[in-house]
Amino acid sequence: MTDEAVNLAFARTQMIDAMAPPRAAAGAIGWLRKNLLNSWTNALLTLLGLYLVWLIVPPLIKFLFIDAVWDGASREDCLAEKVGREVGACWPFIQKKFYQLVYGFYPSDLYWRPNLTFALGAALLIPLLIPKIPYKALNAVLFFGVFPVVAFFLLVGGVFGLEHVETRIWGGLLVTLVVAVTGIVASLPLGIMLALGRRSQLPVIRFFSVIFIEFWRGVPLITVLFFATYMLPLFMPANWSIDSLLRALVGVALFSAAYMAEVVRGGLQAIPRGQYEGAMALGIGYWKMMGLIILPQALKLVIPGIVNTFIGLFKDTTLVMIVAIFDFLGQLRAAFADPNWSTPSTLFTGFAFAGIVYFVFCFGMSRYSLFVERRLDTGYRR
Amino acid sequence: MAISGAADARPARAAFYNDPKVRGIFYQLVLFVVVLWLGYEFVINARDNLRAAKIATGLGFLDNTAGFSINQTLIPYTESDTYGRVFVIGLLNTLLVAAIGIVLATVLGFIVGISRLSPNWLLQRLAGAYVELIRNLPLLFQILFWYLAVLGALPGPRQSISLLGEVFINNRGMIIPRPVFAEGSGIVLAAFALAVVASIGLRVWARRRQEATGQQFPVLRTSLALVVGATFVALVATGFPITFEKPELRGFNFAGGLRVIPEFVALLIALVTYTAAFIAEIVRAGILAVSRGQTEAAYSLGLRPGQALRLVIVPQALRVIIPPLTSQYLNLTKNSSLAVAIGYPDLFAVFAGTTLNQTGQAIEIIAISMAVYLTISLVTSLAMNLYNARVRLVER
Repeated sequence: MTDEAVNLAFARTQMIDAMAPPRAAAGAIGWLRKNLLNSWTNALLTLLGLYLVWLIVPPLIKFLFIDAVWDGASREDCLAEKVGREVGACWPFIQKKFYQLVYGFYPSDLYWRPNLTFALGAALLIPLLIPKIPYKALNAVLFFGVFPVVAFFLLVGGVFGLEHVETRIWGGLLVTLVVAVTGIVASLPLGIMLALGRRSQLPVIRFFSVIFIEFWRGVPLITVLFFATYMLPLFMPANWSIDSLLRALVGVALFSAAYMAEVVRGGLQAIPRGQYEGAMALGIGYWKMMGLIILPQALKLVIPGIVNTFIGLFKDTTLVMIVAIFDFLGQLRAAFADPNWSTPSTLFTGFAFAGIVYFVFCFGMSRYSLFVERRLDTGYRR
Repeated sequence: MAISGAADARPARAAFYNDPKVRGIFYQLVLFVVVLWLGYEFVINARDNLRAAKIATGLGFLDNTAGFSINQTLIPYTESDTYGRVFVIGLLNTLLVAAIGIVLATVLGFIVGISRLSPNWLLQRLAGAYVELIRNLPLLFQILFWYLAVLGALPGPRQSISLLGEVFINNRGMIIPRPVFAEGSGIVLAAFALAVVASIGLRVWARRRQEATGQQFPVLRTSLALVVGATFVALVATGFPITFEKPELRGFNFAGGLRVIPEFVALLIALVTYTAAFIAEIVRAGILAVSRGQTEAAYSLGLRPGQALRLVIVPQALRVIIPPLTSQYLNLTKNSSLAVAIGYPDLFAVFAGTTLNQTGQAIEIIAISMAVYLTISLVTSLAMNLYNARVRLVER
C-alpha cells in the first residue's frame, strides 16, 4: 500500500515556491495601505499629518540653512535690506556671542581652566557610562569624590599660583554644568541617606526624613532658590558672607536630594524581604547589610529613575537665571539685549541654538537611560 | 541532662553600647539635638541680622499700602490697596492659570497619548516627535521662547491678526469679546447650575441601577441634552440677557472686549504644551498596561469595540493613569511660579517678587509663599491617597 502511494503520479514530492503576495498587500504600497490608509478616518488623519509636516519642516529648514546668513560682523549683515533677500538664521550672532554663552565673563586668557575641567569631566564620565570598561568603583570614586574638588580649585583658583576668579563673573554653559554636576554629585548620597532614613525603624529619624522630603517636594524650585538667596543669609551669623552661586547650589542640592530620595525609596521597596532577613540571619550589621546587599540591588533597579531625575535637574538649572545668576539661558537673554545685534531674526536664531544645545544634553541622557534599562532588565519586572 | 545545664548558664549579654536598642536611642538623640541646635542658631542669627538691618518683623506689613500696579487683577485693585490684597490677587492669578492649564493640558495630553498608539504610522511618529522635543527642553526656555520670540514678533494693534472678526491678536495680548450680564442673567446661570446638578444626580442613579439590574442608561447624551436644553430654554424665556461686547479698534488701541495679557498667553501655552507631553506618556503607559486579554475577553462577551473601550479598558487604564496624572497637575501648578521670569503677576511674582523687594521681610514672605504651595500639594496628595485606597485592586 505504501509503495503504491509513493508511485502515484499526482502526488507532489517537492514543495512549490510560495506565490508572491498580491501587489496591494506587500512592498511599499502594501505598507502604505496598512499603515496610512487602512480606513477613511486614517486617510484623513494621514492628510492632516502631512499638512502639519509641510507646515513645520520646510520653513524650519529654510530658516536654519537655506536663508541663513553664515558670515558677518554686525547686525547690518543680517538685515534683509542689506543682504537683498529674505534672511533666516543670523549665525554670526552666535559666533560673536559664543564665548559669552559658554564661559560668561570668565577672563579670556584663563579659558584653559574651564576647558581642562570640561575635558577632565568628560574623560571620567565617558568610561563610567560604558558598561564594558572595568574599574567602575575606582572610576566612580574619582568622578564623584576627586573630580569635584579638583574642578573647584581649577575654576575658583586662589591656590597653587592659580589666579582667583570670582563666581560673580562666571556664566553661560559653564555655570549650567557646574550647577547640574554639583546637584547630581550632592543629591545622590544625600538622597540615599534620606531614603534610608525614611525607611528606618527609628521614629525620630523617620519623622525628620519624611518632613524634609515632603517639604522640598511640595514647593517649587524657584521658592527654594529664593529661600537660599534671600532667607539663608539671614539665618547665618552676620560675619559669614556666602557666595551667591554657592547659595543657589545649596538650594538645588537640597531640592534634588528630596526627589532622589523618593526614587531610591522605590528601589528599596522593590527588594524582597527575604534579602533583608537573609542578611540579618547572617549577623551582618545595618550599614554592611545596606552597603553590600540591599543598595547594590536597589540602585540597579532604579537607574532609569535616577537618570530621569538628572534630566529634570539639568532642565531646572535654567531657574538660577531668576536669582540673577547668568547661566546659559541667562547669557542668551543678556545677548538679546545687545543693540548691535538686534535684527528680526536674532531671537529665533538664539532660541534655535540654545534649543539644540539643551536638546542634545537631555535627549542624550534619556537615550542612555533607555539603553541601561534594557541592559539591566534581568527579569525583576513582570 | 546536659541541655538544662546549658540553659542554666547566663545568656551571653552584649555590652550595653552594642545593644541595638540603646544605639537607636542614642542616634535619635544626637539627630534631635543637632536639629534643635540648628533651629536655635537660625532663630538667634535671624533676630540679630534683622535687628542690625532694621527690618520689621511680623505680619503687620500685610496691612500696609502696596503702591504698585498689577496688570491683571481678577478682583478690583488700586495702588492704594494693601499687601494683603496683593497676596490674594497673586493667589487668584496662580489658580487661574493653573485651572485653565490643567484642563487644556489634559485634553492635549490625551490626544497626543492616544495618537502615539494610533495604527496610523505618520500620526504615531508625529506625536512621538512632539513628546521627545518638548520633554527635552527646559520649561523656562519654552516660556521665554513663546513670550520673547513668538508673541514679541506679533504685529501692533493696528495690524492685529483677526480671527473671524471677533478675536484679535497683537503684541499687547489677545482681545476677546466680553460677556455682558444684563438683568435676568441670574436665572440663566441658575438654570445651567441646576441642569449640571441634575446630570450628576442622573449619573449616580444610572450607576446604581446598572449595578443592581445590569440595565444601562445613556447618561452622556441625556445630560448633554439637559444642560444645553435647560440653558437655552432659560435664555429664550428671559429674552437673551447675556450678550457679548465686541472689541473695536479706536485710534491706536482696542476699546471694549476683554484683553488677555501676553504674559498670560505665553505662560499658558508653555505650561500646557510642556505638561501635555508628560501626560501623553502617562496615558500611553496606562493604556498599554491593560493586557490584551482584557480586550479579547470583552469582545468574546459580545461587547462592541466602543463599549469594550469605555467599560473595560478605560476604567482599568485610569487606575494606572490617575496617580501620575495628579502629580503632573501639581507640577503644572508649581511650575506656574516661573511666571516671575516674564512678569505674569502670579502669587510668586507679585508677592515674593515685588512685595519682598519693597518690604524686605524675606522670612515671612517666603515662608507664606512656600506654605501656600505646600498646602496645595499636601491637600492634593491626601486626596490622591484616598482615591488610591478606593480603586486599589482587592487581592485575595
